[in-house]
Amino acid sequence: MSRRVRMILLVVGLLGAVTVLAVGVSGLPAFGGHHHPYRDLAVAASLRHATANVVSAVNFDQRALDTFGEETILVASVAGVAALLRPVRRERRRRRPDVPVMDSTRLLTAVFFPVTLLIGIDVMAHGAITPGGGFQGGVVLATGIHLLYVGGRYRLLERMRPLPLFEITEAAGLVIFIAIGAAGLAVAGHVFTNILPQGQLGRLISSGTVVLLSGAVGMAVVSSVVILLAGFLDQALALEEVPDTDQDSDGAEEAAR
Amino acid sequence: MTAVLGYYPYAVAGAIVLLGLVGIAISRDLVHAVVCLSVCQSGTYVFLLAVGFQYGGVAPIFGSTVHRGTPVVDPVVQALSLTDIVVSAAVTSMLLALVIQIAKRRGTVDPDELRSLKG
Repeated sequence: MSRRVRMILLVVGLLGAVTVLAVGVSGLPAFGGHHHPYRDLAVAASLRHATANVVSAVNFDQRALDTFGEETILVASVAGVAALLRPVRRERRRRRPDVPVMDSTRLLTAVFFPVTLLIGIDVMAHGAITPGGGFQGGVVLATGIHLLYVGGRYRLLERMRPLPLFEITEAAGLVIFIAIGAAGLAVAGHVFTNILPQGQLGRLISSGTVVLLSGAVGMAVVSSVVILLAGFLDQALALEEVPDTDQDSDGAEEAAR
Repeated sequence: MTAVLGYYPYAVAGAIVLLGLVGIAISRDLVHAVVCLSVCQSGTYVFLLAVGFQYGGVAPIFGSTVHRGTPVVDPVVQALSLTDIVVSAAVTSMLLALVIQIAKRRGTVDPDELRSLKG
């Protein structure tokens, strides 16, 4: 298909898409109105289970089965990436020396590494009462670990994230999630029923299984992001094509930038 | 005028999706195409959040300042956007891994040069 034909098809398709979108949107209630029936139901259900953060209540209580699917998609994509990023025949692994970085970068990394880890744990633990939850906290935590790479400490990063351990915690996060759902089935007759006492609205220990499910998701997300980034960093830094061995130093410098 | 303003955020969301589509169609680099797909998906976040917005509504997190009767924005669409973001991250990582494999095997990431099928 030539570029010209593709452009004509694109314009026709865009016109069609605009028409369909316009027809669809014209049936929607206007922006910013007061009529939100799902909001009213979700807020009432969330307050019944003493969950201050309604978004967490929707994710880990009312729609917990959907979140299970979502978590599974993430874990499956990690498996897919791991399979796709295996070293091919012409590549071999090399030991990378730590590269020099600016002192200011090292300082900022040293300051923000512990701070980011703390924020990640905080966001994850308080998911039921403040903005946050397992997904957000997990991503912050995994990002915090990778600050070591920004600070030029790739070898330290490799020691800080033992991949076999993270592969286990990733699977464990998923298994714990399923186990809590199955416990709901066993005790109350419905999968992912909030079976624990829910306590008082706004307390750290409140909202029943929401905190536990959020923690399980956080565990899986931290591990997934670490394994994903490890795969991509490996491609950029640790693997090299065999014929290029004599230009090793050049390649290493280029990859470090 | 108010009728136009009432649908303006939906138009923005639609425009982001369509811009992403245009980017994919005219792309000469697979990494660029993957980023354009992310742009497309960002349009859906804008759309979801626009659907749930209410003038004067606050974040749906109850506590000392937000009480049972306080108007809040729709938490259901916010939860859906979170799902959307996670799925988008999963899709993007898979596609980028595929692009790396294509670059290794074919030596190019220009879709126009990847015409013939090779085993």
